[in-house]
Amino acid sequence: MRLGLKGFAGGGTFAHGVHPPGRKHYSSDAQIEVVPAPETLLLPLQQNIGAPSKPIVKARQDVLYGDVVAKSGGFVSVPLHSPVSGKVKKSAVTTLPTGLHIEAIVIKAEENQTAGNDFYADLTGADWPKNGIGEYDPNKIAEAINNAGIVGLGGATFPTHVKFMPNDKKPVHTLLVNGCECEPYLTSDYRLMLEAPAAIITGALLAGHALGARDIVINVEDNKMDAVDALRQAAQDTIIRIAVLKTKYPQGSEKHLILALTKHEVPLGGLPSDVGMAVSNVGTIAAVAMALIKDKPLTHRVVSVTGGGVARPANLLAPIGISCGELIEFCGGLNENASRMIAGGPMMGFPFIDLETPVTKGTSGLTILTEEDVQKAEETSCVHCGRCVDVCPMRLVPTKIALAGRHKDLELARRYNIMACFECGCCAYICPAGIPLVQLIRAGKVLIAAMNKP
Amino acid sequence: MTKKEKDKLTAFEKATCKINVASSPHLADSAMTTRSMMIDVLISLLPVILVSVYVFHWYAVKQLLICIASCLAAEALFTRMRNKPFSLLDYSAVITGVIIALSIPGTAPWFVSVIASFVGIGIGKSVFGGIGMNIFNPAMVGRAFVMIAFAGYMGASGYQNAGSLVDAITQATPMDLFKQSGVVPSLSVLFWGVTNGSLGETSAIACIIGGVYLCIRRTASWEIPLGVILTVAVLGGIQNIVSPDSGWTVLHHLFGGALLFGAFFIATDPVTSPLTPKGKFIFGAGVGAIIMLLRLFSGYPEGVMFAVLLMNALTPLINRWNVPKPLGEY
Ligand code: SF4
Ligand code: SF4
Repeated sequence: MRLGLKGFAGGGTFAHGVHPPGRKHYSSDAQIEVVPAPETLLLPLQQNIGAPSKPIVKARQDVLYGDVVAKSGGFVSVPLHSPVSGKVKKSAVTTLPTGLHIEAIVIKAEENQTAGNDFYADLTGADWPKNGIGEYDPNKIAEAINNAGIVGLGGATFPTHVKFMPNDKKPVHTLLVNGCECEPYLTSDYRLMLEAPAAIITGALLAGHALGARDIVINVEDNKMDAVDALRQAAQDTIIRIAVLKTKYPQGSEKHLILALTKHEVPLGGLPSDVGMAVSNVGTIAAVAMALIKDKPLTHRVVSVTGGGVARPANLLAPIGISCGELIEFCGGLNENASRMIAGGPMMGFPFIDLETPVTKGTSGLTILTEEDVQKAEETSCVHCGRCVDVCPMRLVPTKIALAGRHKDLELARRYNIMACFECGCCAYICPAGIPLVQLIRAGKVLIAAMNKP
Repeated sequence: MTKKEKDKLTAFEKATCKINVASSPHLADSAMTTRSMMIDVLISLLPVILVSVYVFHWYAVKQLLICIASCLAAEALFTRMRNKPFSLLDYSAVITGVIIALSIPGTAPWFVSVIASFVGIGIGKSVFGGIGMNIFNPAMVGRAFVMIAFAGYMGASGYQNAGSLVDAITQATPMDLFKQSGVVPSLSVLFWGVTNGSLGETSAIACIIGGVYLCIRRTASWEIPLGVILTVAVLGGIQNIVSPDSGWTVLHHLFGGALLFGAFFIATDPVTSPLTPKGKFIFGAGVGAIIMLLRLFSGYPEGVMFAVLLMNALTPLINRWNVPKPLGEY
């Protein structure tokens, strides 16, 4: 196994975690296709962690591709742009797979949109600069990132400009670009690394420059060696290094990425900047490059539509705001045995039933599982085997936290650090008793949140 | 939806009819279920069962059959009393039966086995709410009860009337012989197990084979047997240094009595042992220390059962004292 980890203290992996079946084969060979713009798009106002965006368009107003339709709602917030040219319609309320009810701007698109094809051509084109990045004013880079509406595309949707703002109090010396994509099934980051490595390199140089980082490392798991090769080639003559990490879930969690590479532990409740690092997903980094070099805001993203439940698994460049149903239809529709539709991957993704659900900036994929995939062992009592303890990457005692959630025992929940759980699902995946640990832990967290409200 | 309505739907709509939701994660490790763990335990007990049948013939077969049948009957009875569905596929009762059978003398009369099984399942498990809820190892609860109630059948004399069997078996257990008359058995006898004792405890090699299998499969946590064996080895070693000519060496301590059987098959019961690796090691070390305390300082030769029960009682405390620090907390 080739571990490209010279000069890094970590061994390329971390303690605990699980090895769920990868199942990347469904869509790993499918080249990114551009989805034609749909008739109507639904842009939910909350597509980032932090304050929702504020609409600045009215019904019946005409908008052009790339126009701002909602401005940033505060410091930790971003604006929204129209992925098409068309007419604004009456706004609607939509429900996201996370259960959030949120107002959405509705846009009726004109016919014959070419924005998607242009976006793809720019993204995968060859004219990405590697030199002259130092000429950009670091503050201007962060500002441009904000103006382009960029959030973390790995699913966390944290506004990227907040991360990439030069910070004197907590200087960042290393930028880690996250290409691990450890969720089973998903291949959108993998395809992006194969098809647009040059854009990723330019974006990483820009982001690294904005941060004043000395070191830039792109991290890829060792089940994606061709992506490693593509990136290595594109990174020639730059300071960027490519690190090959062991394939393991949840390697893509930023704390575990840092742990695997450098052995540093991000303090509990802290941020990567506490150990002098910033972590950003490859898709986000490519969006940074698109914003600064091609002047294109975040209006499209790569979405994997995959799994045994969809007729033709694919990787799609989709306009944000298109419905999940339209993406599935573009992939030939659901198979007879489709049993669950998930926004995201099977370990942390959210199930949805409404085909009208719009694709947002955080939608990394749609995983359609079959009846066979979702068959679960019957739930029995906890046999205290301790397997959940053995796999928890946060070193928690999941069965106790779940017990606290089940019995609404706040004292127990706090003693066992319920808030440190990031719901990765390793514990529930491994539990021989089929206990829905994550669900119970979530219930406990909701309770604590309710108690903490003034 | 009627059939007519169903026919009208497009294939796409038909497919979405079956869509359901549930909390993440949406994948589960199907190779690992409570049932498969139980089956693993049964597989791992096979070498011990085979040796006991080889050494004790039909005494072993009879004891196993009685205990398994009574444990299943007890499980059925008590789950019905609690209005819970009973399924024979709950191998945990079978395992309790096998462990009880293997931990008592082959010559113990049938009613002793039946009572041990009913007490084990009833008081050891059901009153706490069934599988996963009990604090004490059910098999050891059952055995402790008959140990006290039928001391005659279970104590030293319980091992001495196996009349028709090979010579070695008709005498007292190696532990008792040593305690009473200072006879030191050869290590090879203890290792292979051609001697007297409770059905499952005689053969060290059978316990090691089954136990290592359990640990490799990660059905048992290796930290527990390691804790037991290390502590016994260290304390036994100290004893050897203090009184060098007793003849009973560290290896005698390890291979003799129910030590290995207890370390691999009894102390490792997940339900009644701690959750974290560190807690498990402490638990094992505690079992080992109590066993040595009883062996060295009491007139009572075999303390595995008491050691496990005592440490079971401490398990909640060990769990409480061993809340691991989460990643990033110093
Ligand atoms: S893995 Fe499941 S059965 Fe085992 S201790 Fe954790 S919750 Fe209990
Ligand atoms: S307790 Fe939370 S962090 Fe730990 S394995 Fe379970 S879901 Fe992951």
